[in-house]
Amino acid sequence: MSVITTPDKLRVTPDAIEEAAKLLYIRALKILPDDIKQGFFRLDSTETDGLAKSVLATMIENIAVAERTENLLCQDTGIPIFNVQIGRDVEVDGWALKQAIARGTERATREHPLRSSVVHPITRVNAHTSCGAHVPVIHVDFVETPRTLRLEMIPKGSGSENGSFLQMLIPADGLSGVKRFVVDAAIKAGGKVCPPTILGVGVGGTSDLCMHLAKVAATRPLGSVCADAEGAKLEVELSEAVNSLGIGPQGLGGDSTAFAVHVEVAATHITMNPVAVNVQCHSARRASATFTPEGVVVGF
Amino acid sequence: MAHHILHMPATEADIRKLRVGDTVTLQDTLFGIRDATQIHMFDRGRRTRFDLNGHAVIHTAPNVRKVDPNPSASLAQEPATRGTNHSGYEAVCIGTTTSDRMERFTRPLMEREGVRIIIGKGGLREDSARAFQELGGCYLAVIGGAAALETTWITAIEDVDMDDLNPESLWRFAIRDFGPLIVGMDSHGGSLYRDVQASVEAKRAAVLAKLGAG
Repeated sequence: MSVITTPDKLRVTPDAIEEAAKLLYIRALKILPDDIKQGFFRLDSTETDGLAKSVLATMIENIAVAERTENLLCQDTGIPIFNVQIGRDVEVDGWALKQAIARGTERATREHPLRSSVVHPITRVNAHTSCGAHVPVIHVDFVETPRTLRLEMIPKGSGSENGSFLQMLIPADGLSGVKRFVVDAAIKAGGKVCPPTILGVGVGGTSDLCMHLAKVAATRPLGSVCADAEGAKLEVELSEAVNSLGIGPQGLGGDSTAFAVHVEVAATHITMNPVAVNVQCHSARRASATFTPEGVVVGF
Repeated sequence: MAHHILHMPATEADIRKLRVGDTVTLQDTLFGIRDATQIHMFDRGRRTRFDLNGHAVIHTAPNVRKVDPNPSASLAQEPATRGTNHSGYEAVCIGTTTSDRMERFTRPLMEREGVRIIIGKGGLREDSARAFQELGGCYLAVIGGAAALETTWITAIEDVDMDDLNPESLWRFAIRDFGPLIVGMDSHGGSLYRDVQASVEAKRAAVLAKLGAG
C-alpha cells in the first residue's frame, strides 16, 4: 500500500479555519440569512391576528436594529455548532481543524466579547470560552464537490433546543403516529421555543441519527425541500397542520407558529419507527465560509 | 386595552390596574435574574444586598463588556450605554430567556423579596398565576429574540450582585422607556398563555383528523 499526493488539491490551513470560525460565530449572531428575512415578510403578509402582527413587527424591527447597531440579534449566543463539508481533492489536517474551530470560537467569545453560554453539565462551571467537552459540536461530512471546503456555523439557542422530543414509535403506530407526535410536540413546546419556528422532524434511522436528522431539518434554509419524495409530502401536510393550531408568535396566539416544518428521513429497522423533533427559533441564525482555490466566500 | 407607564418600584395598586392584553412601559430600574441566580437564592439560601421590594425582574443573562468602574473614565470611552457604570460592566446585548424553567421561583421571589413584576418570554404556569393573584403581581411579555432592540432601552448596568455566577449574576439596570411590554398574566387570575393553550387544545382533534391521524 502506498500514499500518493497530487498537485491539484485545495489546501486549507488551521489558521484560515480559526479566523473563519471566529468570524462566522460573530457574523451568525448579528445577520439573519435572507431566506429567514423573507420568511418573516411572508408571515407578516398573511397573519390575521392583531397582537401577532405587532409581535412580528417587533421581530422585524429587531433585525434592522441589529444590523444598524452591529449588535447581536438575540442575547443567547447558543451552543456553537460547526458543520464541515469536505469535497474531493481537499487536503486538511482533520485533528488540527477541530482545534482551530475551538480556538476561533474562544477568540470570538473573548475578543468581541460574547456571553459564554456553555457550562460543565455537572459542576455548572462556566469557563467563559463557549467551549468544553465535545463543544463546539463539530460534524464532518464528505461531499463530491472538488477542491471545496465549506464551514457552516450555527449558534443553537437553548429555548428552542429545550423543545427537543424523541419517540421510538413502533411499526404498528404507522405514519399517523409520526404525525400525531409532531403535532403534540408543537403543542407542548408552545411559546417556550420562541415561535415562529422551523420545526425539524427526523423520521427513521436509529435514536441518535433520528435526532440528528431533526437538527439538520431545523437548520435547513427556508425554501429547501426534503430530498425524499415522501418526506417532502409530509413537510407540506405538517406545515399546514402546525400553523392551524393558533399558537402564534411567542405563543401569544395567531397564525404564524412555524415558518415551515422540515423533514429529513433515514432508512430504519423493520421493527422500528423512530420520530424526533428539534426546533429552530425565529432567530434562525447561520453563517458559512466556502474555501476554494479562488479564495474564501462568506455567506449563509 | 390600556397602555400604562410604570415608574419602578411599583405599588400593589399600580399592579392591580393592569389587565391581560394591556401594554406597559417601565421606567427607571430593572433587575436581571436567571436560573442559577434563583437556585442560589432559594435552594442554597443566598441573600442579595439589593432591595427588590416593588420591583420588576427580567429573566435574562446578558452579554456584557468589562469597563473601568470609574464613571468619568467609562464615559470618555464612548460606551454603548450611557449613565453610570459603577458595576464595571456595560451592555453589549441584553434580551430575555424562556421563563418556564423558572416557574417554581415566582412565589418565593414575591413572598421573600417583594418582587411585583416578572418579565420574560413564553409565560409561566398556574402556580405563578395564583401567586400573582394572591400577592399582587404580574407577568409582562417581552419579545424573545429581539435583544438588539431591547438593549437600546437599557441605559446602564448600575450594579451587580452574586457576580461569581456571571453571566447569571443579579443585575441592576437603569432603563428608559422599557417597552411596550404585553401583560401576559395579571393579578386577577388572567393568563393569555392559558387562554391560547386552551384554544390550541380545542383545535387539536380537528387538526389530527385532517392529517388522518385522529
